[in-house]
Amino acid sequence: MLSVKNTDTGDFSPEMIAKFDEFVARYPEGKHKSALLSILHEVQAHEGWLSVPSMDRVAAYLKIEPIEVYEVATFYSMYFLKPQGKYVLEVCRTGPCCLVGAEKIMEHIEKTLGVKEGEVTEDGQFSWRGVECIAACGNGPVLQIGPEYTFHENLTEESVEKLIKELKNK
Amino acid sequence: MARKLLLEYINEPDIHTFEIYRQKGGYRSVEKVLKTMSPEDVLEEVKKSGLRGRGGAGFPTGMKWSFLAKPEGVPRYLVCNADESEPGTFKDRYLMSYIPHLLIEGMIVSSYALGANTSYIYVRGEMMPQIRILEKAIKEAKAAGFLGKNILGSGYDLELYVHAGAGAYICGEETALLESLEGKRGLPRIKPPFPAVSGLYNCPTVVNNVETIATVVPIINDGGEEYAKIGVGRSTGTKLISAGGNLRRRGVYEIELGVPVEEFIFSDEYCGGIPNGKRLKAVVAGGSSVPILPANLSLKTAKGEERLMTYESLADGGFQTGSMLGSGGFIAFDEDQCIVRNTWNFARFYHHESCGQCSPCREGTGWMEKVLHNLEHGHGSYSDIDLLVNVAKNIEGHTICPLGDAAAWPVASAIRHFRDEFEWHVNNPVESQHRNYGLAHYADALPSFAE
Repeated sequence: MLSVKNTDTGDFSPEMIAKFDEFVARYPEGKHKSALLSILHEVQAHEGWLSVPSMDRVAAYLKIEPIEVYEVATFYSMYFLKPQGKYVLEVCRTGPCCLVGAEKIMEHIEKTLGVKEGEVTEDGQFSWRGVECIAACGNGPVLQIGPEYTFHENLTEESVEKLIKELKNK
Repeated sequence: MARKLLLEYINEPDIHTFEIYRQKGGYRSVEKVLKTMSPEDVLEEVKKSGLRGRGGAGFPTGMKWSFLAKPEGVPRYLVCNADESEPGTFKDRYLMSYIPHLLIEGMIVSSYALGANTSYIYVRGEMMPQIRILEKAIKEAKAAGFLGKNILGSGYDLELYVHAGAGAYICGEETALLESLEGKRGLPRIKPPFPAVSGLYNCPTVVNNVETIATVVPIINDGGEEYAKIGVGRSTGTKLISAGGNLRRRGVYEIELGVPVEEFIFSDEYCGGIPNGKRLKAVVAGGSSVPILPANLSLKTAKGEERLMTYESLADGGFQTGSMLGSGGFIAFDEDQCIVRNTWNFARFYHHESCGQCSPCREGTGWMEKVLHNLEHGHGSYSDIDLLVNVAKNIEGHTICPLGDAAAWPVASAIRHFRDEFEWHVNNPVESQHRNYGLAHYADALPSFAE
């Protein structure tokens, strides 16, 4: 999984480093590795995914071994190890949402975007995938879009089309 | 109307701001404990309240707190488990979204009781909006002098931070959560030692659910004895229930423990019944991990008694005919739903979320998903049904953490109560792809179990 295209996007900006420092300051002296998850979120928010060179630079920043970063990045489902669409539509696919029509919504997204789960549209704007329960069962079907993770609830085929149109024109 | 202790002001405009929250009596409990109570007094009130962990296990909170080791010169930590990921549960997200200061107030009081000077709220990564809300609320509380050094001149210091997870159900298990908080993979630790002795950074640590910590606020304000007057028996107080699935009014409800299940589903005060004129087929009462029950056993125990929303009544009959209150993730299924499909869906969830440390869970969840996929898609056999029971039995109790049990119970219970629906799938491989088994006898009156 780690052998995909690994473009080095250069050094982290001073703003990003300042943000990293802020995360590290939340933990006791010597426990800076605790900041790793938040730092990876920050990197992904800027670069869209986690490339190996970026992960190596995170390791250098935290003074830990690169493997310590890889093993975390490969464990958690929110980290992308290959490039995604600019907008990743993540639809809840777990039981309670399926009881109220999540599977139909995923079929409709696939049809509307014209790409299968995990693939990116030709213009690079969209990809989509099913994710496990995102704790919004009361308003399902539901989808989230990173990096802000805004929620879109009570989805219908119409509301999904409208959302995609709005994102396209953004 | 039931008493509301947590959600009393939930509809108040701008209750998420410090100003309005404070106007409505917020942070009174912090003033009370810092000015008039010792940490031991706070613990005593929580013990008296009978409060039980609201994350799912239902362990008495006061007892959990009393286990915390207090060696000299070693920091102690309070960590709030806001990794809400149990399918069917969304109460903590609701609470953090709309009334974040209640959690922060509870964190301050609880941290004081435990002698923690640094505390963390571990929020699941997908809840970035709630993380932003909490961080803003923490800033407001700090500016008002309720966090930081020498809070309200009491000499007590507390720093509170939010820690983002990154998508892993397993991190709701407290030792996996602590690993994750240390910047590692969320692999549950072997216990003992328990976190109370060796938790975060090997220091004594208490991990409590969001709702549990928020509930400490009314317990301190009204007194533990007052709180214990609400509810039935050992199920004291109020509980947030996340109502989802096929219900007319889905959402988060604060109930007094002891409400009949039937009233909760059908009364207009709560869920208002099943939409589109359908009938109730099944209920998962406490999040996807707890046993699923057919409609008849959901509303009445096997003894014919009314089933109540309490830890004890929902568990009445053990796993043969009962279930669990769990996290309060209440999922209702109408007559059109397919139990086989839902069981496959849940099995896929647990396979996806198994951390892979223990072979029975890593391999077993994968096999259960595959076999259920076959059954659901018309390629199953009778022996598959027995195989599922066997696999479930071999996972249960054979893993480091309870995820294995949580994966086994939904499968075992679905077959226990809905075996004829599984067999119908085997016998009708083509027809089952076009239509569902339907309500069958699952809502019929129970046979008399009198001995």
